Parts: sequence; C-alpha cells; structure tokens
Amino acid sequence: MTVLRLSGITKRFGPLVANDAISFELKRGEVIALLGENGAGKTTLMNILFGHYFPDEGSVEAFGKVLPQGDPRAALEAGIGMVHQHFTLADQMTVQENITLGTEPLWRPTLSRANARERIVALSRDFGLTVDPGAAVASLSVGERQRVEILKALYREARILILDEPTAVLTPGETDALFKTLKLLVAKGLSIIFISHKLHEVMAASDRVLVLRGGKLVGERLTADTDRRELAALMVGQEVKAADVSPVRSGAPLLVLEGVSTRRVNGAGLDAVSLTLRGGEITGLAGVSGNGQAALAALLSGTERPTAGTVAVNGSPIADWSPKAALGKGIARVPEDRHAVGTIGDMSITENVIAESYDSARFSRHGFIDWKAARGFAEQIIRDYDVKCPSPETRIRLLSGGNMQKLVLGRALDPDPVVILASQPTRGLDVGAVAYVHARLLEARERGAAILLISEDLEEILALSDTVVVISKGQVSAPSKRGERSIRELGELMAGHGEAA
Amino acid sequence: MDALDILFTASFWVAAIRIASPLIFATMGELICERAGVLNLGIEGIMTVGAFAGWFTVYSGGDLWTGVAVAALAGAMFGLLHATLTVPLGLSQHVVGIGITLFATSLTYFTYRLALPQVTSPPKIEPFQPFAIPGLSSIPFLGDAVFNQTPLTYLAFLTVALVAWVLYRTPLGLAVRAAGENPSAVEAQGISVNAIRIGAVMVGSALMAVGGAFLTMSAFNSFFFEMINGRGWICIALVVFGSWRPGKALLGAILFAAFDAYQIRLQQLSGGVVPYQLFLMMPYALSILALILVARRASYPKALMVPYQKGER
Repeated sequence: MTVLRLSGITKRFGPLVANDAISFELKRGEVIALLGENGAGKTTLMNILFGHYFPDEGSVEAFGKVLPQGDPRAALEAGIGMVHQHFTLADQMTVQENITLGTEPLWRPTLSRANARERIVALSRDFGLTVDPGAAVASLSVGERQRVEILKALYREARILILDEPTAVLTPGETDALFKTLKLLVAKGLSIIFISHKLHEVMAASDRVLVLRGGKLVGERLTADTDRRELAALMVGQEVKAADVSPVRSGAPLLVLEGVSTRRVNGAGLDAVSLTLRGGEITGLAGVSGNGQAALAALLSGTERPTAGTVAVNGSPIADWSPKAALGKGIARVPEDRHAVGTIGDMSITENVIAESYDSARFSRHGFIDWKAARGFAEQIIRDYDVKCPSPETRIRLLSGGNMQKLVLGRALDPDPVVILASQPTRGLDVGAVAYVHARLLEARERGAAILLISEDLEEILALSDTVVVISKGQVSAPSKRGERSIRELGELMAGHGEAA
Repeated sequence: MDALDILFTASFWVAAIRIASPLIFATMGELICERAGVLNLGIEGIMTVGAFAGWFTVYSGGDLWTGVAVAALAGAMFGLLHATLTVPLGLSQHVVGIGITLFATSLTYFTYRLALPQVTSPPKIEPFQPFAIPGLSSIPFLGDAVFNQTPLTYLAFLTVALVAWVLYRTPLGLAVRAAGENPSAVEAQGISVNAIRIGAVMVGSALMAVGGAFLTMSAFNSFFFEMINGRGWICIALVVFGSWRPGKALLGAILFAAFDAYQIRLQQLSGGVVPYQLFLMMPYALSILALILVARRASYPKALMVPYQKGER
C-alpha cells in the first residue's frame, strides 16, 4: 500500500535547480534511504514534503490526499513527522512541554499534563526511546534530544517519519540504538524516509535506496540488490577515487600541548590534554561533536587561553596568547563555521582575504590600506585556487560554500604556515570541492607543515590522517598511526569508553 | 519619626502598592511581549497613549471602565503597529520600539492640544475610589495596606495571576514561550509564529496602556504632559529583574515602588538638609544594584529580538 507519493517535484532557488522533477512512492512499513552528496537536494526535497518550502512544480500526496503546499500543519495532520537535522526544540523548556507544544487546541484553559506524561512514558517504553519527560531539553545529550524529536512525531501519531541526517550527531553506539528503534517503528506499520550520505548506514537500515545527484533522482535500487560500490558511483557520478596519500615523512614537533585545560566552549572544555603535532604529518582528531573540538580549535586560534598546562609552538613556549599571537607564530586557521567565523559575509572578497594581515607591511602603509596590493592578493588567490566569482569586489556571502572555502584556505595557506588548524574543512562541500581541499592540505603536508584535521566524518579522518587521536569529554586519547586502530575501536573511544592503557 | 519606623506604617505600604500598580500592568505587558521574542520599547509611548485615552474617555462622559477598555484598545492598536513592523517585516525591534514611543507620545500631545485648545490647567475627572474588600480589609495592618485600594490595583494583581496561569498552564502559553525560545520549534509543530508573536505584542501593549491609564484614572485625576516620566523604561528593567517570570516581576515592581515611596518620606524627614535630588535618585540606584545582584544569572528567552523568517535557518 502506498502511503506517500511525490510527483514531479521541482524547486528552483534563482538559477539553481535544487530539485528537478523528482517522483517516488513510499509504501507502508518500508524504509527508504535518500542518498546523496551535500547539496544534492535531499533536504530541500524533505522541506517541500513537510511544507517548509513551496515547490515550483509538482505535488505531494499522503494517504491518497494531495497536501496543500507550504503548510506544515497539513503535513502534520496527514501523519507526517519530521526529525530535522538541526533540532527544533526549545532548550529551556521541558521534554514534555516540547512534545505537547501545538498538540492541544490553543484556547484550552488548561494543559492535560498527567495524561500527556503517561502517553510519553508509554511511547518511550514501547520504542526504546528512554528520556525523562520532566527534564529540561538543555540538560540532555544530543542523542537524547533526537529521541525527543522522534517522540514528538510519535506523540502526534505520525505514520510517516522523515529523518534528516539522523546519525550525523550520534556515536556509533547511539546509531545502533536508533536503527533498533526504526525497526520497531516499521514493525508497527510506520513508514520511514531517512536522509544520509553515509553508505554503510544506508546498507544497514534501508529496504530501498533513492540516489539524488545535482537535484535529480539518478538511481533507485532495492538495498538487497546493490552494494556500497554501486551506490557510491551513482552518488558522485563517477568511480570514487581516494585521495592519493604519499608515505609520511615526519618532521620535528611543531606544536606541543602538555596538560592543557581550557574553559568550556560549545559543550566541553579541554581536560589536561597532551598532544604533539609534527611537521609533515596530518593529525586527525575524531570525535562526536561537542566533546571539546571547539575548545581545542579555539585554543589553537588564540581565542581561548589555557587555564592550565603549556603550549609550545615551534619549540618556544607561549606566554601571551591571543589570536594575533597565534597568527604571528605561524598558525593558520580554517574555522569550522566559514559563514559565522571564517568570513564577513557583507564585505568583499578583497576585504576578507586581508582580514588576517591587513596591518602587515604588505597591505598597509602609514596606517592606510594599500588597496592595490590587497586587490592583487585577492586576484592571486582567485587565480591559484580557481575560485568562481564575478570579481574581487563581490560580497563574499554570494559565493557558494566551496568557493568561499577556497578563499578561506587560500588566505590561511598563503604565508606558508607552520601549523594548520583545519576544522571541519569540507563540511557542506560538494565532492569536487572536497577533493580540492584535501589536495591542498596534502600539499601543505608535503611542504612540512603540521596539520590538525578536526572532523566528524570518520572516513575523512581515516583517509587523510597519518596519526589519529580521539577526543571525548575534553580528553584526548593516545595517538595511533595510520591503520593501527579499527573503526570499531575508534567508535568505542568516541563513545567515551577508554581503552586499557 | 525615625527613618525605619516609616516601613511599619500602613500609609507607607498603601502608597507603595499604589505606585506599583501601573508598573505591574506595564511589566506584565512587556513580559508577555518578550516571552514571545519581541522587545517592545514602545512601552513608554504606549503608556502615554493609555493614560490619555482612558482619561479622555471619562472626561468626554464615558464611565471609568469604558475608559479602561478604550485605553486597552488604543494600546493594542499601537501594539499591532509595532508587531506589523517587527514580526512579519522583521525590522529592528530597537528602532521600531523607539519610533513607536516617539510617535505615540507626540500624537498623544497633539491630540490633547486639538481636543482641548482652550484649557490652561488640566481638567479633572472623578477617578476610581478606594474600595475596601469586605472581610479582608479588616485584617490588621495588611487590610489597610493592601485591601483598601482602587479596583484597578486589584485588577493589576489579578493580571499577574492570569499571566502566570496562561504562560505556564495553557497550550497557548506553551506556544508563546516556545516562540520566544525557538520559533522553528513552534513552526515545526504547525503553529504560526507570526500569529503568536503579533497576538502577544497586542495583548502586552494593551496591558501597558492600562498601566498608563492607572495614572490618570486612579493615582491622579487628570492628564499631564511627561506624566509617564520613564516608568516604561523601569518596567523593561523589571522584566529582567524578574527573570521573565510574572511572580518575580511582581515582587520587583513592589520593591521599586517601596523604594520610591520611601524616598518621598525620607525627603520630608531630612528637612531640606540633603538635596532632594539625591532621594529621587535612590530608587533607580537601588534598582541597578538589585539588577546586578539578581539578574546576572537570568536566562533570557533565547529568541528575544531575533526576527523569524519562515524557511530560513
């Protein structure tokens, strides 16, 4: 029985066609995986389905009835529940308040709290979604918050559940628990669409796979009839080529942390971390987000000072630590969030590329900026890094993520830095841009720089890193050489289960 | 009389509660707006509108409660203007709020001049009279201080209870609070963020206007220029002081009013030796101190002052 039918969905954002005439059907009790690279149009499609966006063409039909466009309420009432990638929870309110929000008529004089609590407890028990209804959302872990999102949908008696990149924020253990829950839901007759770009998850949890590429539906396979290789080829449109990594030539320790602790930054602080970055090596930092990666990145960027321990760059210990000092010591930064931190959206490319060095002799004279030199530098990066943009005067926010990242990278790598902090350098980029960023990092490695690669994508870490360390609750594991630890072992460390020393 | 003895006279507390009443209304109004995510800096102007609208209705022959209703309606209209600019259009809440205050104040003075071109001294109306609540008003001390006030003061206290009930005990209140915390959570549950926010700003503005009307219809009996005199701004601070909770905000309003009532009495006591301006300053200085002590840990609504556009994240 078909529960959901999408017919000819097309959505354009200006010249970009995010979804191009996409049609498919979802059956009762079925799990569809929607597979595609970042920017393939998966999330756009789901947002149309759920009524967050108006499609330019096409229609959505649930349980035989066409849904009115752009109306989340209609989607909810038709039994569609969505678990967004970025949770839509109010942090300072309780789990129960978040779940019951909008489920009762607004003008009722009271909330039926006891009844609601009972239903939530029953649902969590039936589907293995353990969470305390009275807890404030702010006090929950990321995995628990996701359970609240799923409970929200179940509380509304959703029959179709859409999960947008549900595993991006989970540890391997939590992911297994989520897949168990999905099986229980399907057994009760729910239908599920889950969005992912991770092949092994798609293979593990779905009945059928739809592959999106460049906004088009390029393939549909029964999971049983396909393999990771075929899906990967469909997803990127060519045989996937792993980055070419030459044998490591380790140099001197260029950045040494000893017993460093910091304040909390976005979740966790560092807790007595010792870490050595050597020249000519890429050190990969694996971990579930919120475990201290942000604190480590902030420390290396100079925005956070150590509260204990010592930091030494290139052999000399650091006394007065600031972003300027970090730059002065030759630490290059590729920040995690290129929109919020890496660039100033409404300033031009030229202004952005000199943002870290505008007061150097190269770009300023007697306190005035030498715009000719600045523009020349921007043009040089645009040429060398093949940045697609109208001119150096373009506001940087108008560029695509990949082009923006190339500029950030160009700015960071230009002074031949000693240490490079690359924090989620490929997040949200398409395959081509990812390969480009990887190649540039490997180039810097050849040159002898020490690179710290922080990423939530374990495959990226494993592909590039000569040394892998795992961060969990602000503590960093002992390093392992390429290939020394299995994915399972790394997963255990990420989940905070230490290994016997 | 000793400075401390003042605190134990019923007349002092009668004054404190009277001074607190308009603050309570307006603070509740501001609290509702901010809980939904909108900072309403139009409060000072909207109180002015309310003070004039209520008073002028009675002056023109309406009865007192009609005056209160007209004041509330006028406030709601300015709230609608504020909300239209800040919610669907997403304009800066600071700029719009200050604009509304300037506009509402000037329009009120202009209307006053148009309506009463001839008068030299402000005309008087017959204001609300104290009403002793049978039974409760015979409690010693407390009865005199609290239960022998005008009906509008009782309404102010009722409003606090009502606001607290709605915010914490009803589905509507849940939606209002969520709109101020994370509007996308509200939208994801099928409720219109814009409707919730516009409604909250209108209701909040109506309460601010009633707070203004209290001054002309209960505390005094006529309308003066500059009579709001910064009370609106105090209410903004009181919301922060109360950590966006109605009960704590009520305490804050009474505390501030008590400071104010106290300084008036201290002025009389000091017999002109100390410049009276120092006493006038006292409640404000103490408020800042209280704010520092109490509100530093306050967790404000996360989406306060963040316009919400559907489909953006």
